[in-house]
Amino acid sequence: MSTPRELTYLEAVRECMSQEMRVNEDVFIMGEDIGLYGGAFGVTRGMLEEFGKERVRNTPISEAAIAGAAVGAAMTGMRPIVELQFSDFITIATDQIVNQAAKNRYMFGGKGKVPLVLRTPSGSGTGAAAQHSQSLEAWMAHIPGLKVIQPSTAYDAKGLLKAAIDDDNPVIFYEHKLLYRTKGHVPEESYSLPIGKADIKRAGTDVTIVATAIMVHKALQAAVELEKEGISVEIIDPRTLVPLDIETIVESVKKTGRVVVVHEAVKRGGFGGEIASLIAESEAFDYLDAPIKRLGGKSVPIPYNPVLEKAAIPQEQDIIQAVKDTVFRR
Amino acid sequence: MITNVKVPPMITEKKLVELFHQMWLIRFFDEKVDEFFAKGLIHGTTHLCVGQEASAAGAIAVLEDRDKITSTHRGHGHCIAKGAEANRMMAELFGRETGYCRGKGGSMHIADVEKGNLGANGIVGGGIPIAVGSALTSQMKKLGYVTLCFFGDGASNEGSFHEAVNMAAIWNLPVVFICENNQYGMSGPVKDMVKVANIADRAGAYGIPGNVVDGNDIFAMMNVTHEAVERARRGEGPTLIEAKTYRWKGHSKSDAKKYRTRDEEMEWRNNRDPIERMRRVLISEGIVSEQEAAQLEADARQEIENAVKFAEESPMPPLEILEEDVYA
Ligand SMILES: Cc1ncc(C[n+]2csc(CCOP(=O)(O)OP(=O)(O)O)c2C)c(N)n1
Repeated sequence: MSTPRELTYLEAVRECMSQEMRVNEDVFIMGEDIGLYGGAFGVTRGMLEEFGKERVRNTPISEAAIAGAAVGAAMTGMRPIVELQFSDFITIATDQIVNQAAKNRYMFGGKGKVPLVLRTPSGSGTGAAAQHSQSLEAWMAHIPGLKVIQPSTAYDAKGLLKAAIDDDNPVIFYEHKLLYRTKGHVPEESYSLPIGKADIKRAGTDVTIVATAIMVHKALQAAVELEKEGISVEIIDPRTLVPLDIETIVESVKKTGRVVVVHEAVKRGGFGGEIASLIAESEAFDYLDAPIKRLGGKSVPIPYNPVLEKAAIPQEQDIIQAVKDTVFRR
Repeated sequence: MITNVKVPPMITEKKLVELFHQMWLIRFFDEKVDEFFAKGLIHGTTHLCVGQEASAAGAIAVLEDRDKITSTHRGHGHCIAKGAEANRMMAELFGRETGYCRGKGGSMHIADVEKGNLGANGIVGGGIPIAVGSALTSQMKKLGYVTLCFFGDGASNEGSFHEAVNMAAIWNLPVVFICENNQYGMSGPVKDMVKVANIADRAGAYGIPGNVVDGNDIFAMMNVTHEAVERARRGEGPTLIEAKTYRWKGHSKSDAKKYRTRDEEMEWRNNRDPIERMRRVLISEGIVSEQEAAQLEADARQEIENAVKFAEESPMPPLEILEEDVYA
């Protein structure tokens, strides 16, 4: 057995891409500044040297064309990985993602497939303000034909990215910017995690927190504090929004009877509403001892000032408060 | 009397002196931002236009107050040239209540609509269609103003550029497109990203004039922009101007600049500095003396110091404003 090895989230993503590119000639990566520069966040650093500029393909600043070219390449036998510099720019590539990638196979009567992965950094906390900080996963989750993944750890990132690359459908892979530098155990060999399987990040008995991306980490911190007050928290990270592993969530809620759903994206219309509804529609409803609670970002564009920026999204204290409101409710 | 250089009719000697001072303001503003960014006092990200002062100052110099501009992520220079106060700009970068956007926008999202600055933009190419819309208003309401639209060489590869220029062309809108070709879009060299020799060559595809100009020569910038603005005002439609220039600094913070050489940087800094070039002309024309030029530089430096002081002493925005202004 090899000794546990630690990688950052960013390195885990890179290692997965490199390993897949080594074994599969069809896999290539394209995006703005991913060559010599190594990508805006350094995820592809060093890859140009190993794979050359045909397979680590620097593009002009043309998001619609990048996404569209990936659709065309995917339809004709390649397995492109697109790095979209910031998830906010999905807005520019939307036609290709929503009207082309997501629908082609269906529209064409099940003929052909569109195996592409669109990786993109999401979330706030860097001071880049409104046009580079938002969380748009609920948009993509709304579109039939797309799969949507939001890993919260280095281990999950590597395994889920491999699954995404192997998947024959268009997959949107959201990487949280503030998680890039976080470290975790990551096996050296290539491995795949199932798309559509939630992970229990912490076991507990009093309340379930369903959290995504960076909120998993905030929830874990909150759980430590709550533990001191005698509240045992179970944390479920869905990891993939589409398909969603609702069974794991329902099982947990049946056990704890209480649930708080938390994500960074704006609460209104956010994916938390979907999770809450699915719980309410399930057999877990009869086990609920308190209303389902949702936490999400305020309905504001992400502001520049760091204090305002922080106040725009749920923090550890908000999670602690929400859990207490749920647990101590009578 | 200006003798050996051609200038547009509205450019007086006094205006030239102001422009020289303004170029220093732009340079010192961004150098300060660089310094404070490195110290961690300004957060987020910033894109500096050091080395590109002449295109901003020169193009905007020929505008009237009622004319408008759209800017980019590298927009501090455009903003200053269009009349923004360094104080309130610096305060914005410090995230303060007194900033142009009360600390909500930061470097990439400064607008000063009252002064005709329709905004910086964090989306590459995002401002180009907006400029076209502004020009449409002018045409439909017969307001007579012209909109200058700044963007980079990289932005000219966005669909928004092509769609917007075409629309402006078919409708003869009063807009002037100014591509500041500083040779790189982030790490992408323009020669690898564009097959034509000049971005301005693309104008032909839309049936409008395209001009290439030395973007580090403020006089050339003024003349070519003046001509395009006049044309737009006469209702003859848009022009695409390509200003060849160079950004001295990296794209933004963490840029190791591996995509270019030190020699190339030094060539532009030492031999093509737009401020030094203007200084030499002003002195040889007898418009300012060496001492006066040095004084203008020192004044600009002091103004930026004052702006920093203003920013530092300004209050942080209160938490209550977080949810204000989402809707009108
Ligand atoms: C739609 C979009 N794509 C990518 C980016 C990231 N980005 C910001 S500036 C930039 C380079 C822009 O190059 P150019 O238009 O030449 O302007 P310059 O930075 O050279 O002034 C890139 C890729 C962005 N902000 N918006």
